[in-house]
Amino acid sequence: MPTPFKKTPHPKERRLVFQNVDREGWSEDIGCYMENGGYEELRKALTMERTAIVNEVKASGLRGRGGAGFPCGVKWGFIKLDEPKPVYLICNADESEPGTFKDRYILHQDPHQLLEGMIISSFALGVHLAYIYIRGEFPTGAKILETAIAEARAKNFLGKNILGSGFDLEIYVHRGAGAYICGEETGLIESLEGKRAYPRIKPPYFPAVLGLYQCPTIVNNVETLCNIKHIVRMGGAEYAKIGKPNNTGTRVLCVSGDVREPGYFELEVGAVTMGELIYDLCGGMKPGRKLKAVIPGGSSAKVLRAGEKYKIKTKQPDGSTGEKEIGIEDIVMDFDSLAAVGSMAGSGGVIVMDDSRDMLWTLNNINEFYAHESCGQCTPCREGSLWMKKITERMLLGGGVERDPAVLKNVADNIAGRTICAFGEACAWPTQSFVAKFKEEFDSRAGKPVPPPMPPEYLPEELIGKEEAHA
Amino acid sequence: MEMPRELLAKIDEAITHYPASKRSAVLPVLHLIQEGLGFVSDEAVEWTAAKLELQPINVLELVTFYPMFRREPAGVHHIRVCRTLSCAMAGGYQLMNSFCRAARIENHAHGGHGAAIQKSKDGKYSIEFVECLASCGTAPVCMVNDDLHEKVAPEAAPAILQKYT
Repeated sequence: MPTPFKKTPHPKERRLVFQNVDREGWSEDIGCYMENGGYEELRKALTMERTAIVNEVKASGLRGRGGAGFPCGVKWGFIKLDEPKPVYLICNADESEPGTFKDRYILHQDPHQLLEGMIISSFALGVHLAYIYIRGEFPTGAKILETAIAEARAKNFLGKNILGSGFDLEIYVHRGAGAYICGEETGLIESLEGKRAYPRIKPPYFPAVLGLYQCPTIVNNVETLCNIKHIVRMGGAEYAKIGKPNNTGTRVLCVSGDVREPGYFELEVGAVTMGELIYDLCGGMKPGRKLKAVIPGGSSAKVLRAGEKYKIKTKQPDGSTGEKEIGIEDIVMDFDSLAAVGSMAGSGGVIVMDDSRDMLWTLNNINEFYAHESCGQCTPCREGSLWMKKITERMLLGGGVERDPAVLKNVADNIAGRTICAFGEACAWPTQSFVAKFKEEFDSRAGKPVPPPMPPEYLPEELIGKEEAHA
Repeated sequence: MEMPRELLAKIDEAITHYPASKRSAVLPVLHLIQEGLGFVSDEAVEWTAAKLELQPINVLELVTFYPMFRREPAGVHHIRVCRTLSCAMAGGYQLMNSFCRAARIENHAHGGHGAAIQKSKDGKYSIEFVECLASCGTAPVCMVNDDLHEKVAPEAAPAILQKYT
């Protein structure tokens, strides 16, 4: 019998991937996992045809849990059954999107669930060598995974001729070293090849075509791979009944910021609205505080402002589409609804801000992150992210110039869409959305006609002179 | 450069994880060297390059790219304070100041990262701001050596340091 949870899950929750997280008496060793039915799905999968497993994943409608929400079955479908080159599987455990902390719990508390998902996936895809790319900031997690791998190997769930099936697989842990960009799948592959994590030029759009060592490679998020085990157990069609069409399964939402009880919640995709998430699951805003803004899917997602109205399309009972106006509290927490209001479900990291927060300070904090994390490969991103940070920092210090909000927007507009990877959008979207949606806050901090002097390059008079000559 | 025998054994084992390309082993080898020797020296860069049949620049460019690698020794205990949004909202900057006071580390006026790692005079502690440690739900957080500390109120910094003497 499973032991109770340390903190009782909210009645709206449905624990699938997090079913063993924060349980009384639960430990990460293989004995505990197997006593609770662990590795049964692996035994089942090894009796199935490889294509049958891929078909179940396709039928499940599972979308990637890393941020882009790409259908997992479609990604897997790119791998040929008779691929002559070696095929690699990489588990993306870089979890670096600010606001996201779900994979941490799986890696530290339930490593065998991930391994089982990876072994099943490797069998289905014809992979014989797989890597777990774990962020460098998880040294304990890396040790736990290494122990788990050794335990699994001792039981012949890994290694040669797994459980007599004739299938061989090795999994190794590869530690990153503090670079956000390694979460981008082609950057991750470069990093795993022992290079700087410079994302690759697309096309080819998918590492499934050319990935690690120029071989077909599948990169999946930790949570995605854990779901594979449950899909094998339930069957794809049954799994697809969880959640909503095109937004199937469960999703772990991570809430942080100004709510009374931040934390993780595993929910059927679309089971709750933003309002329910904040006021019901997280216990509401802190005493005496009101909701001001929400970043719904990791810090790259466009900010949503309290009081905003969104027009979204709805399906009428007769099949025609209508339009409905909703507020921020009514937004359903699924991939499609968050996209419809102009933001994204991203990595599931929800950051809530109350009315005590200075949006300029908030954006400056985000800008500093992106300025630090830009890999430096593409000029618009490398230079632009730094300039956006310099401008917001100057505004914060009281030196904001009248045209700063417009310059910020201009810089951001010139990054998005002009870079090799999606980091360009990731660093532009916060600035674009904050400046547009909190215009009055930014304008009020941008009152100076000319920039303040920046010693030692210029004396103030020189600077003003230059400004005037320029105007 | 003479590698200690135990460290060398670990390095040799790590290289076997990458049958397709030795070059892939650069990050693990650098991690092992930093763990074993405290930092990545120029000699260590050259040693790693020779070991993996690369040019030294192929290794050095990784040391300078990945923020976790150090080219100088840290303190006996190294503190990483999360600077990113959820932690900053919960008091990450105050936590940084509190650690600096408690550990007698001179806190630069500009507390941001990118600067050299700041160390206490006795060499016991060093501190740096890092970006998101992926524990935003229990903000503010910090790491001391390999241990994560969650929901750390700024006042708690001296008590935490006492665990690391």
